[in-house]
Amino acid sequence: MSRMETIAPPRPQVSASASRAPVGPAKVKATAVSVFYGEKQALFDVSLDMPEKSVTSLIGPSGCGKSTFLRSINRMNDTIPGCRVTGEIAIDGENINDKSIDPVLLRAQVGMVFQKPNPFPKSIFDNVAYGVRLHGLASSKKDLEQIVETSLHKAGLWDEVKDRLAAPGMSLSGGQQQRLVIARAIAVSPEIILMDEPCSALDPIATAKIEELIDELKANYCIIIVTHSMAQAARVSQQTAFFHLGKLIEAGPTEQIFTNPRDTRTQDYITGRFG
Amino acid sequence: MEHTVRSFSQDLEELTGDLARMGGLAEDMLSDAIQAIATRDLALAETVVARDPQVDNLEVEVEKKILRLLALRQPLARDLRQTISALKIASELERIGDLAKSIAKRVKLVDKIEAPSALKGVARMGKLVNAQLKRVLDAYSALETDAASKVWSRDEEVDEHYQSLFREVVTYMIEDPRTISACAHLLFVAKNLERIGDHCTNIAEEIHFLVTGEQLPTERPKVDALNN
Repeated sequence: MSRMETIAPPRPQVSASASRAPVGPAKVKATAVSVFYGEKQALFDVSLDMPEKSVTSLIGPSGCGKSTFLRSINRMNDTIPGCRVTGEIAIDGENINDKSIDPVLLRAQVGMVFQKPNPFPKSIFDNVAYGVRLHGLASSKKDLEQIVETSLHKAGLWDEVKDRLAAPGMSLSGGQQQRLVIARAIAVSPEIILMDEPCSALDPIATAKIEELIDELKANYCIIIVTHSMAQAARVSQQTAFFHLGKLIEAGPTEQIFTNPRDTRTQDYITGRFG
Repeated sequence: MEHTVRSFSQDLEELTGDLARMGGLAEDMLSDAIQAIATRDLALAETVVARDPQVDNLEVEVEKKILRLLALRQPLARDLRQTISALKIASELERIGDLAKSIAKRVKLVDKIEAPSALKGVARMGKLVNAQLKRVLDAYSALETDAASKVWSRDEEVDEHYQSLFREVVTYMIEDPRTISACAHLLFVAKNLERIGDHCTNIAEEIHFLVTGEQLPTERPKVDALNN
């Protein structure tokens, strides 16, 4: 083994327990969810439980519906004209498509991080403070400063930016911007964080930092991540769901999906036989 | 189905090919070693000893290829299981080669034995073990779990053979103390055959794991010479 360790390329450091942590009770429960863009059906009858305090990764070839599914969890699909969602998505047992639910409040509870870091054209401080102000979550200026600092700490960015909080968010590197965006999402105390290929625009070191961050965040949040990197799904998630042609083909403990998938389509995809 | 990256499929096929060659070499070494014991053929025994480095070199080769494959391709799911089981099977085959060599080396040491039935007994046990090896190698190339499971449960027969041989040879030692040294070597031959049988069951377990992703139960039907 020692020889292998020296020859294998360096991997982002994520705790060894990452893929083995127990899968807890469902935080998000999708039941028979279908999504239509006009006449075209993009998602077929997907049912999946996503446990709290753990990471669920959604994998599958482009156009398989994984991002559509992710976006239906914070009703981002509402913003697309002609998009229709059927079935039920419940967070803590409450249907998020219910008329009584305010999508703006829902999106505070369900944070989202995109493929390309999208800091606002504001200072680092104001980026993180933005949502907190919007939702009136801080009682005083001091309170606000505290929330910003804590969020930057949790996102692993504090030490790198504490001396230049007034600098524009755009002045940071790509990896730092992505962590800034995560800090912004965390600042409004969400319970769920959705990530749509959060590392695909980052170099391996920045990727490793985000993965380490995901591993830390999972102690408090339910994280759902779309990724095209099998290795990343294997490293960061406890549950993996494989989508193909708009259908959920197979979901299970990450370790099982990557060592012994039950469905041949999963097998073929993750071993690089199609996709 | 082929990999999208074709050279990945070729790497895996190459591994399977190397293992088939190793298996073929080990199988020939074993059957020749058994024949050399049964017919006291010293020249044949020497060729067995001379062939062992080929198996050793192939094992080193396989290990290098697997290391490269793991580092460069990061195999997953069945590919991962195939890679890991190839690594383990290569080392089982290398051990089988060593044990066959050890049997061949004893041909000149057991020639004082005047009890043809003991030699015949060893030859019979050898044939059985050789058949086990052939079956398990066939099961590997065809990836047949049923055939592998049969090898796995048949090892009991090998153990029984070993036990009865053990008793028989001990009897000869008691009857004629001058044969003790030769008989002791014959017991080593029998023990080596028994060990080869165990390696065959290990390979059978690897085949089962490769194909199904599940482990066979750790406890195998067993006749234990120490508990009887």
